[in-house]
Amino acid sequence: MMNQQQASPSIIIRDVTLRYNDSNEPILKSLNMDILASNWTCILGRSGCGKSSLLRYLANLLNTKVQFSGSLSTSSEIDLKEQVAYMAQQDLLMPWLTVLDNVLLSEKFSANTKKSQSDKQQQINKAKQLLQQVGLTDKETLLPQQLSGGMRQRVALARTLMQEKPIVLMDEPFSALDAVTRYRLQNLACELLKDKTVVLITHDPQEAIRLANQLYIMQGTPAFAEPLTLPSTTTPRNSDAKSAALQQTIIERLEADYE
Amino acid sequence: MSNLLLIAKLQNNLHKQFNKSINQVDKPLYMLLRLTISFLIIIAIWQAIVIIFELPSFILPAPLSVFERLIERHDVLFRHSLVTAQEVIFGLLLGLSMGLCFALQMLLFKPLKRWLLPILIISQAIPVFAIAPILMLWLGYGISSKVVMAAIIIFFPVTTCCYDGLKNTPMGYLDLAKTMGATKWQMLRRIQFPASLPTLASGIRVAVVIAPIGAVAGEWIGSSEGLGYLMLQANARMLIDEMFAALFILSALSVCLYFITDKLLKKFIPWEV
Repeated sequence: MMNQQQASPSIIIRDVTLRYNDSNEPILKSLNMDILASNWTCILGRSGCGKSSLLRYLANLLNTKVQFSGSLSTSSEIDLKEQVAYMAQQDLLMPWLTVLDNVLLSEKFSANTKKSQSDKQQQINKAKQLLQQVGLTDKETLLPQQLSGGMRQRVALARTLMQEKPIVLMDEPFSALDAVTRYRLQNLACELLKDKTVVLITHDPQEAIRLANQLYIMQGTPAFAEPLTLPSTTTPRNSDAKSAALQQTIIERLEADYE
Repeated sequence: MSNLLLIAKLQNNLHKQFNKSINQVDKPLYMLLRLTISFLIIIAIWQAIVIIFELPSFILPAPLSVFERLIERHDVLFRHSLVTAQEVIFGLLLGLSMGLCFALQMLLFKPLKRWLLPILIISQAIPVFAIAPILMLWLGYGISSKVVMAAIIIFFPVTTCCYDGLKNTPMGYLDLAKTMGATKWQMLRRIQFPASLPTLASGIRVAVVIAPIGAVAGEWIGSSEGLGYLMLQANARMLIDEMFAALFILSALSVCLYFITDKLLKKFIPWEV
């Protein structure tokens, strides 16, 4: 559709300070970040450091709840909030909708809800194709509670892809899964989202090293972000001695924040 | 009346446990058997009490004579049951739609809620039996006054359950819909309303059980037909077995209504836990 041809934009965050309306202390202060176009940017930090708040601000979920200063711009002219899809830690599948209808959820909300029959059919075909890509072809008529946690998160991935947004914001989407399921889902997401600008929040250094093209560590109160150099190999990276050493470095740096 | 909500919650819990225990055996035949056995035990105890204490039939008639009366007067009982059933069903429909509208208004117009909530509480603080004579005066002795009484009595549990359900939509669902560009109306229709259905369902279950109270009480206070009327007439004529027969029909009616509603709710809200 309209976003498919268009390249995924980069996001430039300059000197951003974020303060919740009901608090005196800012949660983020003078934050600078360059989120590269068509790349995976991982943000690591301990729980409560403000990384989720940043992501939720990017997703336009906090606009009435926070005071914002600084600048936030993208490389395309379209408004940021029109370009993002959001994936949370919970799969957020609607229990009353079948798997297929859950994937089609965004179609019911688009501003142009009046669609011709052929458009609708086209969307259904697309949703089915996405379900095939995430390996759930035969599950489309089931309700979410009949699926395992890993399958549910795969449906959520298909739903995110259905939105065809160039930027995907992910808030620890794999953290509730067991190790092998998480591993497989990371590979799948990496493959299916490779052309998009992805911002992935995580507190798992291993996950960050596996998936990131670019890595930021968020620390301190109020939080600031620092970039970290990564190996230049392609993602998803398998763990080796180098990544193990990097993981150790990251954990030691994060530990400084737990005082 | 104001602890109806507590009853609603308690009943919901009970209902869950009940369902769990049914699911463990999961055989309708088994359930039917259990029902029959408990019914027979009650009858047996009843008969035993009549025999042991040598109660005269105008205090407690024997089950057999009630049964005979049931057969003998089945046409009269049927005619009056139909009236009461109508009152209960129309009362349920009216009360449900009133409750839904009220809950939606409280949700959509926050300032209005501050004005409406006291009215809602007052409507429960005045016992429905106390305003029944006024309803008779305004709406007459026909079924409309009983419909309104049944509606008033279920109005509070339905409204509170519906409002609670709408208000407690998981934040994540709303966030997701918001990032998908949902308007306020789309959010209500596609997310909040379906998400509230399981909570609303427990309100409906309570409503179905208590609506007959309103209808029958209305019939006691002034009417020319219905099971409540029949009971009063039978009482005046010392036909206690007929009273019991009417009572039996009334309970059977309530139980059937409850199970039908429960089945329908389960069919239309299959994701309910």
